Amino acid sequence: MLDGQVVRILKVDLTAQSFTVEERHDLVDSLGGVGTGTRLLAESLDPESPPLDPRQPIVLSIGPLTTIFPLATKTAAVFRSPLTGEWGESYAGMRLAFALRFSGYDAVVITGRAARPVYLVLSPAGVRFEDGRGLWGLSVDDTGRLLREWEPGRGHRSIIRIGPAGERCVAFAGVNVDTFRHFGRLGLGALFGSKNLKALVVHGELSYPIKNLRAYREVYEDIYRRVVHTEIMRKYHGLGTPANVSILNGVGALPTRNLQASSFENAEAISGETFAEQRLMRKLACTGCPVGCIHVALLRRQFAPDHEYESVTLAYDYELIYALGSLLGIGNTDDVLRLIEKVELLGLDAITTGVLLAWATEACEKALLPPNELGVTLAFGHAEGYLAAIDNLVIQPNDLYQTLARGLAAAVRRYGGEDFALLLGGHEMAGYHTGYGFLLGHAVGARHSHLCNDGYGFDQRFKGQVVPEKLVEHLLTEECWRNVLNSLCVCLFARAVYDEATTVRALRSIGLDWDVDGLHKLGREILRLKVQLKQAMGFDYRKIRFSSRFFQTPAMGKKLRKDILDNLLDHYCRALDDLVRA
Amino acid sequence: MVTSVGRVLKVLNINRCISCYSCMLACARTVYKSFSLRKSAVQIRSRGGLQSRLQADICRGCEDAPCAAACPTGALLPRKGGGVVYLPAKCNGCRECVKACIVRVIAFDEEEARPIVCIQCGTCARFCPHEVLAMVEG
Repeated sequence: MLDGQVVRILKVDLTAQSFTVEERHDLVDSLGGVGTGTRLLAESLDPESPPLDPRQPIVLSIGPLTTIFPLATKTAAVFRSPLTGEWGESYAGMRLAFALRFSGYDAVVITGRAARPVYLVLSPAGVRFEDGRGLWGLSVDDTGRLLREWEPGRGHRSIIRIGPAGERCVAFAGVNVDTFRHFGRLGLGALFGSKNLKALVVHGELSYPIKNLRAYREVYEDIYRRVVHTEIMRKYHGLGTPANVSILNGVGALPTRNLQASSFENAEAISGETFAEQRLMRKLACTGCPVGCIHVALLRRQFAPDHEYESVTLAYDYELIYALGSLLGIGNTDDVLRLIEKVELLGLDAITTGVLLAWATEACEKALLPPNELGVTLAFGHAEGYLAAIDNLVIQPNDLYQTLARGLAAAVRRYGGEDFALLLGGHEMAGYHTGYGFLLGHAVGARHSHLCNDGYGFDQRFKGQVVPEKLVEHLLTEECWRNVLNSLCVCLFARAVYDEATTVRALRSIGLDWDVDGLHKLGREILRLKVQLKQAMGFDYRKIRFSSRFFQTPAMGKKLRKDILDNLLDHYCRALDDLVRA
Repeated sequence: MVTSVGRVLKVLNINRCISCYSCMLACARTVYKSFSLRKSAVQIRSRGGLQSRLQADICRGCEDAPCAAACPTGALLPRKGGGVVYLPAKCNGCRECVKACIVRVIAFDEEEARPIVCIQCGTCARFCPHEVLAMVEG
């Protein structure tokens, strides 16, 4: 990809335990990341078979700027989601993108199912299939420790792995990347588990000469300077994303106790400020990012009398504090960290886990769940019950937990309670009750994430005022441009740095001849292809429904109206149809 | 690149390192004209995964450098203030310097058949966002 001539794809067949490397000229115009990933998924996806069918592919893809420009740190994962049954797309940082780049693969496509547990070692020489039985059943943490011992390449490799949740195909199991980052959302971990794939170790030391040193250095150093020596990135390395706890609580947008409220009386005790002052131990960065937004906390706990202590280190972010904190009524840092530790070790998505447990707490109060199967007491503010319930989501001892392990939409189909289920487009909601922009954006975004299209940013900038055309246009424009950024695989935190002009300059400095129009065209094409694939997998935008809870609890001090949101959805569907047909 | 006369590279604050590898990218880009982190005379590594502390393997800027003493062709010469000056035209790729380095930080570039050796230019320190690395008086 660096030469702009060819995209190198590593294709791995777990059933046959074989691999091939394809050099594809026709994919060069897909740029990389989600652009290349979407096309590769379209080629190998089987919309008629269920998400965990062995034939379904896992696609990992990096971009042309990966590692060699600041904050070009992400790897895109594209797959059919076992949680929603349709479009699956997730991003992770740390060292994976760097390791793939220097292994010489622009994308990896994994299909099939190994006869017994395996882990794969990817290098420029290809793929080594290793016996994974010694790792099966182990936590994310223990798996990482053993692979670090077993495989060479200390410091310059990436180790991605699943925990017991992925092995048991929990529909919202994630994949851990190098201890502190994740392919969190939409259940990639279950795909790994269903394929008997415990881990990937990626290690490559290829080198690439710089062709136009002067042009490259000039652009690199300009971006580096803006990232490090201006205020643009400050919010990400200061308090980090947890700064949002106080901000959103202050404006009445912090979902609390399953969104029975939008502010939390204990917000200060779990705020970014409190975490930073009392628990922050250090910060880390993804390879090639001088910002260092990864906030690592120290959780110290006494396990026996006589001052016997153990300590663990855990990365924390806003979404985790929301989902495992305010949404569950948990009002102290250490209980939030204990819950984070639990989802980390088992390898679960924190947001879906929190939203599911918040719903289960209310469903329990309303006697919708069989108490003999539940086996634990769920009550807002009490961590013990939640910790035990999370174990059960993975063990799945009975019908109730087997159902919950398929996610909130499946639980609602079985037990009811949709009027307080925080689902948007079938996906458990992120932590921004800011208004119509967030609700609509999250529901209609291709991967049903607030990050698809910035609806929550729109709400915060326009203070809840809504002109339907303006909102719809913003969502579509943002989603298309973010497809470009996600094809470059730059971190979305750097979206203010990688504006149109900078992006084109960066690409041209390494000899890739793109212009602004071409990038915008690509962004629209990617959205079109995603929409077609979503529809082929059974997603219907016009069947999106919004739970009544979203209208009961004020968003930024204002009650929302269902008829207005339904009208906005209708506007969006028509505009999307126009875009897809264009 | 400008050699920082009389000063040598030191690891001042390793506990502030965030493992962003900007220093390695800077060395590879500026000195070795490569995108590869391997082609960097500075190497940041974790000691046992990212839960552990990081370490920076750098040239110690020896006075009377053993690598220079071992060089049979005069490609490595002692530098005023510590460390070495590297003259690529004189290098025959014999690897004696790699063997001679007492802190084991000289790697060998198989493609270019030359050592990856620190020339004390300070570029890595300029691209460290946390003042982990710095050029100080020898």
